[in-house]
Amino acid sequence: MVGQHQGGQTAKAAQHAAHPTHHEELSFWSRYVFSTDHKVIGIQYTVTGLLFLFFGFCLMMLMRWQLAYPGEAIPLIGTWFGEARAPGGVMLPEFYNELGAMHGTIMVFLGVVPIGVGGFGNFVLPLQIGAADMAFPRLNMFSYQFFLLGGLVMLASFFIPGGAAQSGWTSYAPLAVINPGQTAWGFGMVLIITSSLLGALNFITTTIQLRAKGMSFWRFPFFVWAQFVTAFLLLLAFPPLEAATVMQLMDRLAGSSFFLPAGLVVSGQPMLNTGGGNPLLWQHLFWFLAHPEVYVLILPALGIVAEVIANNTRKPLWGYRAMVYSLFFLGFMSFIVWAHHMFITGMGSAMATFFQTTTMIISIPSVVILASLLLSLWGGSIRFNTPMLFALAFLPMFGIGGLTGLPLGLSTPDIHLHDTYYVIGHFHYVVAPGTIFAFFAGLYYWYPKATGRRMNETLGKLHFWPSLVFMNGIFLPMFWIGLAGVSRRLYDGGATYGFGPQVTGMISLSSWSAWLLALGQIPFIVNFFWSLRHGEVVDRNPWQATTVEWQAPSPPPHGNFDRAPVVYRGPYDYSPPGYAVDFVPQTQEA
Amino acid sequence: MDALIPYITEPREDTGVTNSKICIWLFLASEVMLFGAFFATYIVLRMGSTSWPRGWEIQNVPLGALNTVVLITSSVTMVMAWASLERRDLAKFQRFIGTTVVLGGVFLVIKYFEYSAKFHHHLGPSTSTYLAIYFTMTGLHALHIIFGMGTNGYFWVTGRSYWQAGDQLLLVNRVENAGLFWHFVDIVWIFLFPILYLM
Amino acid sequence: MESNHAIDIDRTVRGFMVVFVTLLALTAVSVGVSYLHLKEHEAVAVALVIATFKASLVAMYFMRLLSETKVIFLVLGVTVLFFLVLLFVPLLTNLDRIRV
Repeated sequence: MVGQHQGGQTAKAAQHAAHPTHHEELSFWSRYVFSTDHKVIGIQYTVTGLLFLFFGFCLMMLMRWQLAYPGEAIPLIGTWFGEARAPGGVMLPEFYNELGAMHGTIMVFLGVVPIGVGGFGNFVLPLQIGAADMAFPRLNMFSYQFFLLGGLVMLASFFIPGGAAQSGWTSYAPLAVINPGQTAWGFGMVLIITSSLLGALNFITTTIQLRAKGMSFWRFPFFVWAQFVTAFLLLLAFPPLEAATVMQLMDRLAGSSFFLPAGLVVSGQPMLNTGGGNPLLWQHLFWFLAHPEVYVLILPALGIVAEVIANNTRKPLWGYRAMVYSLFFLGFMSFIVWAHHMFITGMGSAMATFFQTTTMIISIPSVVILASLLLSLWGGSIRFNTPMLFALAFLPMFGIGGLTGLPLGLSTPDIHLHDTYYVIGHFHYVVAPGTIFAFFAGLYYWYPKATGRRMNETLGKLHFWPSLVFMNGIFLPMFWIGLAGVSRRLYDGGATYGFGPQVTGMISLSSWSAWLLALGQIPFIVNFFWSLRHGEVVDRNPWQATTVEWQAPSPPPHGNFDRAPVVYRGPYDYSPPGYAVDFVPQTQEA
Repeated sequence: MDALIPYITEPREDTGVTNSKICIWLFLASEVMLFGAFFATYIVLRMGSTSWPRGWEIQNVPLGALNTVVLITSSVTMVMAWASLERRDLAKFQRFIGTTVVLGGVFLVIKYFEYSAKFHHHLGPSTSTYLAIYFTMTGLHALHIIFGMGTNGYFWVTGRSYWQAGDQLLLVNRVENAGLFWHFVDIVWIFLFPILYLM
Repeated sequence: MESNHAIDIDRTVRGFMVVFVTLLALTAVSVGVSYLHLKEHEAVAVALVIATFKASLVAMYFMRLLSETKVIFLVLGVTVLFFLVLLFVPLLTNLDRIRV
């Protein structure tokens, strides 16, 4: 019992002081699988997240075949999916719905958030604030394990009778209550939400408590602020979805009617539930999370882009303080805009006005942040390395995504645009050539810190240019077909509309761009693995950066720093007057 | 590795708190949002219903009131357990924390009788939305009681070994945080009881 | 923590007992009122006002929120705000719906 709880602070500290370089020899399992080191956990999250991202991408590539060539057998692999899903290789509508619901769920909850928060946040944040690890290393490990378990439950759901969820990632009642696959989805979500909540506790506590000496709040890199606000969003917005998921599971398994009205008829049979439930209640609780969730998707990306831009313009960020205030304003506002996803549910003009107003207001801090990043480029000595290319491309891509959100946030144009491909174009621009480009920037940027080697620049550019072209090829046409009136989640992509023939060309363009985008990722995958063994070996600070993580060895050992860092200056002392070198690290006194 | 993380028992000067203190309050904030969603559900479903039973029509109010008294008393014994540790009185601590665990058990036993009576009359979550929300909210609350009992039970059993290892401060810290969780569970019931039984 | 957080433990414990008795009394009042079988609106108001007061006592005294740091108050304040939004906006949206 005595050894089980954390030993007395003074006793262990004394032991540590007596043997400063003493490490217990950890087994393979303790070092790489059941690690409590934030860097290992960050890499675990990143690799797992990238695998899920790839899987979700594959699901979408299948969908794109059905959209471009409705009713035609999927080539080469069509028969892999069995008769229940794709008889003769032709995708059934139910299979299409499965792919759609799981593509959304996996990309958002198992791909982007784990990479952005679990991956980049875990690896970089403690290093950037000068800490030895997260405040609760074991809790950190449990966060990852809950995420992995939730992800495995989601994957396993493809193999259970009835298949995976097929009611959209939004799982609206009453359809989701009666459709197959939702029980597994629900349990998977509970595990994933638990992972995020535990992670949020760790991030907030660490950021407040484990800052190095001299690391005051206003000396934080923008990345740290972004992760801090993101953690609050996760902490406070996820629980209502957890509650709603539990209630949906109760409706499915215990016969309750939280979301089911009376009088439902399913396949000709009247449902024998008590009724009295409210389907809109599900929407409210879902979107209460899902709107802040989209800021969870973008904030870490903005953080990464800010770091890469400051570093590669050799200038401080323009408007750093305004950007930080905008982060907090954005985070706060994100909790009171959610029903702009529900404008056409019969909302009265008073509530519609409220939500339109808050939605328009929330665009202000986004614009402040984007404009500051753009203005940061002015007069900079720009280095066009691969991370910077992705960071630069992020800016207009996020701009398009953000601007196209405006008509969606106003209830009147939303009447025409809701649930069309315009929406799909809008949100994918922010998340795909938006956030994912930022992730690539971050991966190329911090790879040297994590591995001690640089990724290859030529392969990086071979990855960047096709990615940029084909991302736009996929999503730009969607604005047109959406405005034309093509609904989302249609099994045939709109082929049976009266104007169907006029949009098939654009649908094909999207599909071919998607498959070519996949090819464009090959240089990245090759680069990632090749550079582990053959990349150029680097020292601590290959990018000549100012932030504290670059003072640690590459890769940092357990405990991160040779000595606890002391911080003397702000995060972006690039090209200060009177210095021979064009940057001064935060830990440098004079 | 443990020695690398500061502010486990000593608070950080500029924030005035230990890591676990901030963590438990953040966790409680998330729990407020969790139960908030259920309260919101109650409000929406009740306001949208054509008929909704008054609490006393379905529930055994005296039994619920007794459970309320049990839980409030357990909050007092919990906070006295912490106070005993502040006074470095291990024996008193163990009596108070033990009583807290037992009172939690009493709460669950009474709940068991309430649930059984309902099931006996074929009243379950599928009978009405009122009962759906009743079982879900009190069930979730009961899970929190079980978790709290587990945590408090752990300290009841291991308190002495903390003392003997020279970890008094760590125990005080941890029991204080466990107490915060327990009081929160009490607060949830303070709202649940009138909402489900008295309105 | 012992040296620099001098709380008068005896005074604090006396305070706990006062709060305990108050909580019991308020419980008795709200249960007693329920036997009056008030109209729905009145019953809701009375029950919630008393419950809020009881909860505040537990928070302020048992959880010692009164003497807690600004950081924690800030987090809780923001949380309570969002809690109220969650509680009332779905209802308001329901009430404001278009009626055919």
